[in-house]
Formats: sequence, structure tokens, C-alpha cells
Amino acid sequence: MTTIDKPAAGPRPSGGADGSPLLEVRDLHVEFHTRDGVAKAVNGVNYAVSAGETLAVLGESGSGKSVTAQAVMGILDMPPGRIPKGEILFRGQDLLKMSGEERRKIRGARMAMIFQDALSSLNPVFTVGYQLGEMYRVHQGLSRKAAKAKAVELMDRVRIPAAKQRVNDYPHQFSGGMRQRIMIAMALALEPDLIIADEPTTALDVTVQAQVMDLLADLQREYNMGLILITHDLGVVADVADKIAVMYAGRIVETAPVHELYKRPAHPYTRGLLDSIPRLDQKGQELYAIKGLPPNLTRIPSGCAFNPRCPKARDVCRTDIPPLLQVTERDGTQLDGRRSACHFWEETIHG
Amino acid sequence: MSDVSQATIPAPATPADGGKSAGLAGTGDGGPVGKPRSLWSDAWYDLRRNPLFVISAVLILVLLVMAVFPQWFTSASPRTGDLANHFLQQPQYGHFFSPEWLGYDAQGRSIYARLVYGARASVTVGVAVTLMVTLAGGLIGMLAGYFGGWIDSILSRILDVFAGLPFLLGSMVVLNVFDVRTVWIVALALAFLGWTQIARVTRGSVITTKQADYVQAAKALGAGTGRILLRHVLPNAVAPVIVVATIALGGYIAAEASLSFLGIGISPPTVSWGMDVSDGKDQLRNAPFVLITPAVMVSVTVLAFIMLGDAVRNALDPKLR
Repeated sequence: MTTIDKPAAGPRPSGGADGSPLLEVRDLHVEFHTRDGVAKAVNGVNYAVSAGETLAVLGESGSGKSVTAQAVMGILDMPPGRIPKGEILFRGQDLLKMSGEERRKIRGARMAMIFQDALSSLNPVFTVGYQLGEMYRVHQGLSRKAAKAKAVELMDRVRIPAAKQRVNDYPHQFSGGMRQRIMIAMALALEPDLIIADEPTTALDVTVQAQVMDLLADLQREYNMGLILITHDLGVVADVADKIAVMYAGRIVETAPVHELYKRPAHPYTRGLLDSIPRLDQKGQELYAIKGLPPNLTRIPSGCAFNPRCPKARDVCRTDIPPLLQVTERDGTQLDGRRSACHFWEETIHG
Repeated sequence: MSDVSQATIPAPATPADGGKSAGLAGTGDGGPVGKPRSLWSDAWYDLRRNPLFVISAVLILVLLVMAVFPQWFTSASPRTGDLANHFLQQPQYGHFFSPEWLGYDAQGRSIYARLVYGARASVTVGVAVTLMVTLAGGLIGMLAGYFGGWIDSILSRILDVFAGLPFLLGSMVVLNVFDVRTVWIVALALAFLGWTQIARVTRGSVITTKQADYVQAAKALGAGTGRILLRHVLPNAVAPVIVVATIALGGYIAAEASLSFLGIGISPPTVSWGMDVSDGKDQLRNAPFVLITPAVMVSVTVLAFIMLGDAVRNALDPKLR
């Protein structure tokens, strides 16, 4: 099989040679052609990740966060999926203009993905060691024996106890947390520049979630990787991410450095998300919920997509799509990295 | 046997803290106690303990040996007859497994010898058709299922056309073209019309499997189409195909016997049970053994393969139990 020239080991320069980000998604649109019409899953998403940086993409189910990630990885089912517009620049090269074979070589070696459900993401008929070793055999042409040795090494690195004894076990013989570690190990195998983790802890119980997130963060620091963390769990994000992009109906509605978002959300949707976290000091009170449901992607409301559910919606919200604008302090000083797509962001953040 | 004593402990339940339990269960490196079990080794474990499987496997083994080395079973020739031994003559039944054991047919040929030699045609047709059908049908079904779209549309329409042709009638029409019909010609004719069932099963199984997360994951980690198909889709989709193929094998043997009975199957001098049944039908009252014995052989063979298929299905699909 094809061997890929492995990028030089050790800390890599941030992003492309000219200091541009590692991955930049520009005005990405993804739509699905279904019997009920065209479902617009992603409508002009922009984001960028540099090496060593963690971007958390936050949003409800159906907000387009996973579809964006699949488009970046190039594993979107096309058809029915289609990318009518947009650019995905990886180290300055547009992935969407590459051939299928070129993209395949990038997958796994330069960018990898971790899936939500580790049990179903591992092939049940092969041992864990075989599947980990497959990465080396396919991409680097290693022998079976050398690949297995590497697999044990990897399992050690993701802190699986007794890796040597367990390398010949099958996925079903591992616990959920251990399986997710194996998925992480597999994604890390070739030391990619970018890892996309699609809800990596959603299927795990709370005690294990923190361990897996810590592991992911440690490894990211160690390898200086870019990490895109897709999640709907605000709690998971806080400790790990550098910046957050909140998605709603295929658009980014707010971006902010992680702690500022928690302190002062600049979009009513973000505020709603934060308010719906159960809190111990509000025991006995009714838990806040954003009323209504996420919009049907074949019939996205006109204007701001959030307007039917927004407590602050006014007439302009039903007609004009709010652009993602720079957020400033009251006195006009720009807040670094903060943008909001709300007509009334000023009221939201300062009010 | 350490293997058996370990096996009595139900399922290798791995507690949440997987590492520790393995450390406790395993006796050092690769100790026999913590031996990992795959779907296939689990299935094999179940099979060995299934009397249905053991009986059918022994029967099939005997048949296979009979097909390859018929001379081990009888010294008589199935093709040379001595009219002095005609079945209307004084019967001279001998000891078990001697040439005269089951008597002689209308041409004075040893019925027992013909039974032994008939195994080869049946088994060859059954195995050959199953192999051809599994390879061709499996490939077509896999391509249709995995790629979908227009490839699936075209292959599925071809499949529909072939599935629409009646199996036995269709093979009679095909076989009618040939004057001398060897085992292989009959096998080809049956395979030509029989691949649709396997193709459909494979297609369905592949469609289910290709949506599995591990196929997506393999794609996301840079596996090519060939690798995904062979390493990730095929091993996970093959179980129902094997089951259907095993059960169908019995059906092909029955089909061969039916065709030979109708005189449109294998042509003499090849010995075939179907032909012997046909020979015996006229003398059913005078010499019932001429008809009954080959009929029993066909039934037992078909039954053995269907039982095997059932056992394999139960072993591969624990939910059916």
C-alpha cells in the first residue's frame, strides 16, 4: 500500500510556513439533497485552528457541527451530501480541490478523527492490536511484528494498563473508557497535525469523561496538535478548549475565548445554553430550557435562524440575517476573538 | 484440559477497570486463561458442543471421503454388471458392506457400489455450485451493496432478471443444449441460475455493515476502498452469507438429483443417485432397494448440509438462541 512521508517528528511550526493557521474553514456550505428538499446543514461556517490550539465547536444536535467536521475530514457521504461553496485550507492547501487519493493520504497521517461511540468505531472481528497496527502497516508499510510492537507502545501512551497482555484482546473485552483510549491511540498513531474529536466523551460515564479529556489535552500539548472538539456538553469544554465556536442551524452564532463566553455570552442562544446547565445553587427552582426545537434544516426560518426561539426577537430578526460581527466593550475597545451574530449583541453582553 | 475448564466460566465479562481484571485473569504473557475470543472462535466453541453440528459434520466427512476415495468403501465396480446377479434372480444378500449387501439393480450392478460412487457426483456438484455461487454472487452483492447508486441499480436489475427465471426449469433449458453433460456442466448450469440468492443476502448484509461506525472510522483514518471492503466490510458481513451458502449446498445436491432423475442432469457413465432413483422407479414393487437406497442417500446428504447450516447460523447469531 501507499507509504506516506511522515512529517518530521518533534514540535512543528505553527500552521503553514507563513504563520497561517493549521486549518482554516472559509465560508463552508454543505447541503443534503433529500426527498423532502434540500437540507442546508452548514451555511457559511468560518473557523480556524492553529497548531497546539483547541477549538471547541458547540451546538445542539443538528446544528451542523458534525457535518462540518465530516466535510473537513472528507468522509461526508456524497451524494446525498454536496459542498456547493467554501474552502477548507489545511496548511494553506484547499482540501476540496484535491483528488480523492490525495485526501485519503492526508487522512490518518496528517489529520485524524475520534468518534463518539468507541465500541462501534472499532471493528469487532479484529483484535485491538491488529487495528492499531493497521495504521502503521498501511501508512508506513511496517511488518506485522513491528506494527504490533508499535501498537503496544501506543496503548501504553494512552495509559491502558497491562497493554502488553491486552494487545490481543478484542474491542468488546474493553470497558467504554478503555475503548475510547484505544480510539484516541489510533488517531494519534501517526502523530497527525490535527485531530477532530466528535463528541469523544458523550458515550462515557462522568467519572471517565474527565480522564479521557485530560488524556486528550495532555497528548495534544505533547504533540502540539490542533484539536477540534465537537461537543454539546459545556462542562467538558471549559477546562480543555482555548476558544469556542457556537453553532446554530449551520451557522456560527458566536465565537469567543473559552472563559469569556461563560462569563458574558454575546448571543441569546449561548445564554440559553448556559442557563440550561443544572446548578446546585439553584436547587428547587425550575431548570431553564430554550423553548421550541432546533429548526428543520429544509425550512430554516428567514432572518436569524434562532428568532422563533429567541426571547429577545424583534421584527428585524425575522427579516435580516445578522452577520457575525466583532464584539466590543461599551467604550468601543475590541474584545479579542469575540464575535456574535446577533442584531442585539450589545444588549446581550452588556445588558 | 485447561481449555474446557476455563470454558465453563461464562463469557469473559470485562469489568469497567479492564486492565486490572486482565492482570488478574491472565497468567503472564499470553497465558491460556485470559485468551481473547473473537466472534469466530466463539462460534467454533459453540459448534463443537452442538450435537446437531457433530452429527452433520461426521456425516459430511464420511461423504467427502466417499467422494474422494470410493475404492476404500467397496471393491466392486459400479459400472460392471453381471446379469446373473439381476435382481429378479435369487437374492443373495451378503454381510454388511460387501458388494451384494444391498442387492443388485436391473443390470446386475451392485447397488452398494453405485451408492458409494454416486457420492462423488453429488458432493462435487454441491460444493462446486456453492463455491461458484458464493464467489460470483458474493462479489456482485458486495459491489452493489457497498457502492450503491447506479452500480447497485444495474447489478440489482440483472439480479432481478436472473431471480425471475425458475431455477430447475431454467437449468433444464440450459442443460438441454449439451449432449454429454458432465458434473461440471451441471454445476455451471446450476450456478448460472443460483447466484441470485447469495447476491441478495450479501448485498443486504454489506449495506448494513457499511453504515457501521468502524467503516467511517477506517475511512477517517485513511483506509482505501479496497482495504475497507476486504478488512472491514467483508469479515463483518460474511456470516449470513456462509449460513445461506451452507444451507443452499444441500439444495444444489437435491437439484442435481432431480435433474438426473429427469434424465437431463449428469449423463452416464458418471454415477449419480438421481439417475439410480430414476432407474429404480419402474421396479419399485419387485426391487424396492434399487430406488429407496439412493433416495435415502440424497435425503441424508441434503439433511446433513442443512443441519450444518442451521448449526452454523445458531453459532454465529447468538440472538436466535
